[in-house]
Amino acid sequence: MTLVHTSIAEQPRYDCRDAYVETLAELAHADHRIVGVVNDSVGSSKLNSFRKAFPDRLINVGIAEQDMVGVASGLANGGRIPFVSAASCFLTGRALEQIKADVAYSNTNVKLCGMSPGVAYGELGPTHHSIEDIAWLRAIANMTVIVPADPVETAAALRWAAASEGPVFIRVSRMSVPKVYSDDYEFQLGKAITVREGDDVTLISNGTVLWRALAAAERLAEDGISARVLSMPTVKPLDTDAVVAAARETAGIVTAEEAVAGGGLGGAVAETVVQQHPARVSILGFPEFAPTGSAGYLLDRYGLSPEGIADAARKLVTTGS
Amino acid sequence: MTLTVEHATLPVLGRLPIHSSRAEQIAHIAEAAKQIRIQDLKLVHHAGAGHIGGDFSAIDILATLYGAVLHITPETVNDPERDRFILSKGHVAGALYTTLAAFGFLPVAELATFLKPLSALNGHPNRNKVAGVEANTGPLGHGLPVAVGHALSAKLDVSLRRTYVLVGDGELQEGSNWEAMMAASQYQLDRLTVIVDRNRLQQGATTKETNDLDPLPEKAAAFGFAVVEVNGHDHGELLDVLSAVPFRPGKPTFVIAHTHKGHPISFMSNNVAWHHRVPDAAEFQQALTELERPRFTGELV
Repeated sequence: MTLVHTSIAEQPRYDCRDAYVETLAELAHADHRIVGVVNDSVGSSKLNSFRKAFPDRLINVGIAEQDMVGVASGLANGGRIPFVSAASCFLTGRALEQIKADVAYSNTNVKLCGMSPGVAYGELGPTHHSIEDIAWLRAIANMTVIVPADPVETAAALRWAAASEGPVFIRVSRMSVPKVYSDDYEFQLGKAITVREGDDVTLISNGTVLWRALAAAERLAEDGISARVLSMPTVKPLDTDAVVAAARETAGIVTAEEAVAGGGLGGAVAETVVQQHPARVSILGFPEFAPTGSAGYLLDRYGLSPEGIADAARKLVTTGS
Repeated sequence: MTLTVEHATLPVLGRLPIHSSRAEQIAHIAEAAKQIRIQDLKLVHHAGAGHIGGDFSAIDILATLYGAVLHITPETVNDPERDRFILSKGHVAGALYTTLAAFGFLPVAELATFLKPLSALNGHPNRNKVAGVEANTGPLGHGLPVAVGHALSAKLDVSLRRTYVLVGDGELQEGSNWEAMMAASQYQLDRLTVIVDRNRLQQGATTKETNDLDPLPEKAAAFGFAVVEVNGHDHGELLDVLSAVPFRPGKPTFVIAHTHKGHPISFMSNNVAWHHRVPDAAEFQQALTELERPRFTGELV
């Protein structure tokens, strides 16, 4: 199922928003209930072609995120399947209470698509970074949280979301990534995928950082360290069995994600490990509002580069912290 | 004070036959409103909690909607083509539950569980637990956007189903309402009716003292709505207006229903203290006596 490249860093890169809009159009052709809901974010969500194909089915409420999410909940009440597309920072931050009350607590069939998440907006700064979204939405009951790693997984997760009933949050990456999965990949909710076998240490990652974790494993192999790489597209519900197995079978776990260091994937893994099989966990992410810099620069700066992740793993294996 | 099933005394009134006269409908709504108030008073008094002021300002509107306006019955509560009613001022859940029970959506005996542990009847309504509730409301400024979304779904379906949303006037201080009103106008949602429970009181003061909404009719008109003002306790006016929407093709309707919090109880009406005060035994008896008077009037006190 997975393509483990000898050097994944050399592979062509893709913007996951292209897979997003292509898949959304495919789903909309097949099912008249599917509609898009946006906050003027037609261009930044790459939905111009969708609007052309389905002019009545792209609801643009203007720059009004609270209204956007409430409207989506009402559309779901009327039997539609709304896919809300907006920059993740504004979707989750501005409309958090609507997400909690109108979507999650009301248990409406709304799909929230957080575009350009993490630090994708780079130099635009922390107002436009969305590193908190996973932690915020993971705290809300009824909410499923999915962080796809490449265009294949983005498309697969969207198809799964359209076919399932209930609230879902999917991050759609803007920062380009190589393909990690082959085209026959099928998304399974709440399942980790072992994208590389290993028994010295485990790297758990998702989103734009997964390929970096794979590249880190390649470097660790050169040092004689066998790193298991778990892809964890579903942050909630978490595959706790895979986490516990990693804690039991390897020397420790490094989590790496394009999000705050704590509360997201790393937090979820640490909660599981502490309660079910105490082991060493190193959480990589952003510990503060990021300074000015491009997305790539910021990932490197906070240890989310292949070398940074490999360093954290080496440290964990050799010093136990 | 403990609420028990003995306090669930509400008669089930149901709906009149379709061809009833206007006078019959008004009499039916008036009787429903009276019985709903009596039951709601008992709920709040015996449960020791609730928002009786806001309940009583909204009950005539709720009784009119469920008694004669909405195309929805206990049998069609899940019919995709039903009219939708969204209670945005979710803190008057007690009034909504009692109304739903009066018209057969909820067993009257279940009212005795109001606010009790594990009851479906929370202090704010839950659509997944109570048949007839369309949205989980409580935080203010949520119902109107949801109603816009529903009205949009009806428009996409080329359906004539209507959407009504009841918002508090203080609630209009939430900016999300104005976002939603712009979208309702932009999409020409003329099957959407916003009803404002204009009692001019919020939790601790008048709206005017807090964050004045006036000139509200002009503001709503400027946002693209057809605006109508009614006496929110006059069942005839409410029936005529709420049945007649839309008034302007292509425009959503904004009904400003002038009400009094606590209406028509002499010591509660238009008194800010009764936002969520609970009547003691003497107050309970007096309110009950006033409600049970044979000549129950819709006039503003």
